[in-house]
Amino acid sequence: MAIEGADIVKAAAFLGASISMGLGAIGPAVGEGMVAAKTCEAIGKNPREAGLLTRTMLVGQAVTESTGIYSLVIALLLLFVV
Amino acid sequence: MASDIQTWVRVAAFVGGGIAMGVGAIGAAVGEGYSAACANSAISRNPKSAGEIFKAMLVGQAIAESAAIFALVIAMLLLFSKFPTDSYVMVAVLLSAGICMGLGAIGSGIGSGFPTGAACIGISRQPGIGKRLTTNMLIGSAVCQTPSIFSMVVSFILLFTDFSHQPLLPTFAALVGAGLSAGLGSIGPSLGGGLVAQAGCEGIARQPTRSTALTNIMLLGQAVSQTTAVYGLLISFILLFKGVPDSTALAPAAALLAAGICMGFAAIGPGIGEGYVGQKAVDAMARNEDVTAVITRTMLVGQAVTESTGIYGMVIALVLIFVV
Repeated sequence: MAIEGADIVKAAAFLGASISMGLGAIGPAVGEGMVAAKTCEAIGKNPREAGLLTRTMLVGQAVTESTGIYSLVIALLLLFVV
Repeated sequence: MASDIQTWVRVAAFVGGGIAMGVGAIGAAVGEGYSAACANSAISRNPKSAGEIFKAMLVGQAIAESAAIFALVIAMLLLFSKFPTDSYVMVAVLLSAGICMGLGAIGSGIGSGFPTGAACIGISRQPGIGKRLTTNMLIGSAVCQTPSIFSMVVSFILLFTDFSHQPLLPTFAALVGAGLSAGLGSIGPSLGGGLVAQAGCEGIARQPTRSTALTNIMLLGQAVSQTTAVYGLLISFILLFKGVPDSTALAPAAALLAAGICMGFAAIGPGIGEGYVGQKAVDAMARNEDVTAVITRTMLVGQAVTESTGIYGMVIALVLIFVV
């Protein structure tokens, strides 16, 4: 009974990791895409500020990535630590 | 016992066929509706071009329909083929094939509607370049269909490969995971590719003299958007063809199913996000021809960062398949 219980718990951990990383990858990607899209539009309107706009884009995308990193951390914890 | 397997195989075939056609009909219908809506709006703007707009609408709707035709083919195969009934693995095969093709047709149908709509409106603005716009619409829509072709390939491999001599529980999980990976993984990329193609058609209508350069950038943006569909296909192939050791433990089987789920969902976001980037990049280049180099650079950098969560998803999927 103890062996079966451990097996189901491990299976649940794997499924949890996959749901965490799978669903957690959707939002940051869509958000970062919006950032880059508006940056392209902005550079098209004002090419001289391309450097500043690209820098702001990268900072904005890095912040947007944060929840994706949380999902990755939880997924790795579920796979290797618990 | 043999009659039990036969009953469950027929259950799986019918449920799979239903899912394939039911879910697969969504995308094409939405895309074709969007195309017709834009065509009517275009004809009201410029009734004299009604004939050409109508023709472009029909051609574009035919492309959007193709993914639903694939789903119809798979559903017919599931309903009317005789499947071998010597193993319960067949249940997973049939369910997975149906789910894979059903999900795979959603994004392609909607995505192919976007460039068609833009082409119709473009013809109303610039009736003289109708041919060029229709060509670009066809090119863009064709690229949007590639993920649904990936899903159809996976469905065919599932239906026509003999999995029945492999261990039951891990193979069941691996096959369902393969179907989910390819099926879910094709939703985002084809939507994103459609957005880029829409901007390509709008841009050519705005600046017909630069149509070649705009088509090239459109194809570049679409190609990057399709990458996560390729990851989904890759994980699907690994799950289909990697041999699994026989065991009745739940954990290894759950790991394979989890890999498919993870890659499937993780491919949605980057596809859509990279589509947004490509869309605005093509649009900016159409409005301002001096910025081609810097916009292309920014588009590629932005798309690369957007790809990152898709890479995380693939890494977790590969870890689930090969490490745990």
